[in-house]
Amino acid sequence: MKIQVTDRAGETHVLDALEGWRVMEIIRDHGLPIKAECGGACACATCHVYVDADWQDLLHPPTDEEIEMLDTTPSVEPASRLSCQILFRPELSGLSVTLAPEDL
Amino acid sequence: MTHALPPAPHDAVETDVVIIGAGPVGLFAVFELGLLDLRCHVIDVLDKPGGQCAELYPEKPIYDIPAWPVITGQDLVNRLLEQIEPFAPTFHHQQLVEGLTRLDDGRWLVETDGGVKLAAPVVFIAAGGGSFTPKRPPLPGIEGFEGTSVFYAVRKRETFAGKDLVIAGGGDSALDWALALRTEAKSVTLVHHRDGFRAQPHSVSALRDAVAAGEIGLHIAKLAGLEGADGRLTDVRLENAAQGSFVVPADALLPFYGLTMKLGPIADFGLNLNENLIPVDTEAYETSRPGIFAIGDINTYPGKLKLILSGFHEAALASQKAFRYARPEERLRFQYTTSSTTLQKRLNVA
Repeated sequence: MKIQVTDRAGETHVLDALEGWRVMEIIRDHGLPIKAECGGACACATCHVYVDADWQDLLHPPTDEEIEMLDTTPSVEPASRLSCQILFRPELSGLSVTLAPEDL
Repeated sequence: MTHALPPAPHDAVETDVVIIGAGPVGLFAVFELGLLDLRCHVIDVLDKPGGQCAELYPEKPIYDIPAWPVITGQDLVNRLLEQIEPFAPTFHHQQLVEGLTRLDDGRWLVETDGGVKLAAPVVFIAAGGGSFTPKRPPLPGIEGFEGTSVFYAVRKRETFAGKDLVIAGGGDSALDWALALRTEAKSVTLVHHRDGFRAQPHSVSALRDAVAAGEIGLHIAKLAGLEGADGRLTDVRLENAAQGSFVVPADALLPFYGLTMKLGPIADFGLNLNENLIPVDTEAYETSRPGIFAIGDINTYPGKLKLILSGFHEAALASQKAFRYARPEERLRFQYTTSSTTLQKRLNVA
């Protein structure tokens, strides 16, 4: 099972994915630059990714908490999700996301 | 090449330990140092103690603090403040440490952007992910407008009198300032990416009323660009699906997207760094420079776990070595709070 992550330089990485891991954790575990400063508590929006159009409908819709936290990133787009709120499951193998800019 | 080290400036305040960062680990360090009778000054960029626990997740439950089956971020901070009260640390809030300089007597001079100067034999860096700074919209050239036309906080309301203002964001800061500044500004336009706001419900209804009355303009759009020259904004470019790209006149833009952490001036302290973390030894959590310690999320060593409890342990061990720098002529006696009347007196319980 894999996910595909495009970094901020446009380079694509194919990462091994494990069921039950948050997508943020998979990205972090592979050493790609994702701040995730709150550690996955849906409290900071620094694990922000854009989900490729093909995959958006397969994800659980964001909770109100995630929608509100996405308000705190100026880079928000319709494809925005917090990767700490996406639990990986086998049906998501092939999921393709792009790391959003760091809001520095 | 050798440089003569400077003497301590006359206006520097002397203390035993300067702690950079008032998060849980910095606060617990006050306790461990206090038991050893060492005085502390604590510096933090936020306006309140607690660091991430207070700023990012005050209401979130934490389940891995020893002896606390569950405690919220803010309650943990409150308990730590209660625990360190006997040691009466001096807090310097809303101060960013900008300088760390070795002095001719071997101590360190710590200087902040607000003019605080502290001289101490020991510095604890407990800065977590770095200092909290406002999130900056990713607009080309925004740096050139910051401080003249782009502001991340309202310091003086008068600055905005008679001006066309664009305020961005959907939280309390954005709505509160849009509502407050509409009285003196020439115009106020609020920009948010969706027609929903996470601000307090009463602010949201006040905003809806003000928009209906024509007192505040509202655009459901994203910021797309800044127009103007020499730091003077003339328009903010917005974009949405319905209208495409369009501009609203603006003398000032106030983005309110909250805070994020960045390493900041710590990178310039002359410490070894490893991917924005400070490598330390695991006997005393000391850095590459003697007397400078790094504890909590900001340090790294083999096996490091970014847990609050790891930071507490690091604070205890670093304090032991800190004592040797601060009281080189004294012997350190290891004592327990259960049995030592000396410690109990320091805790104001004996």
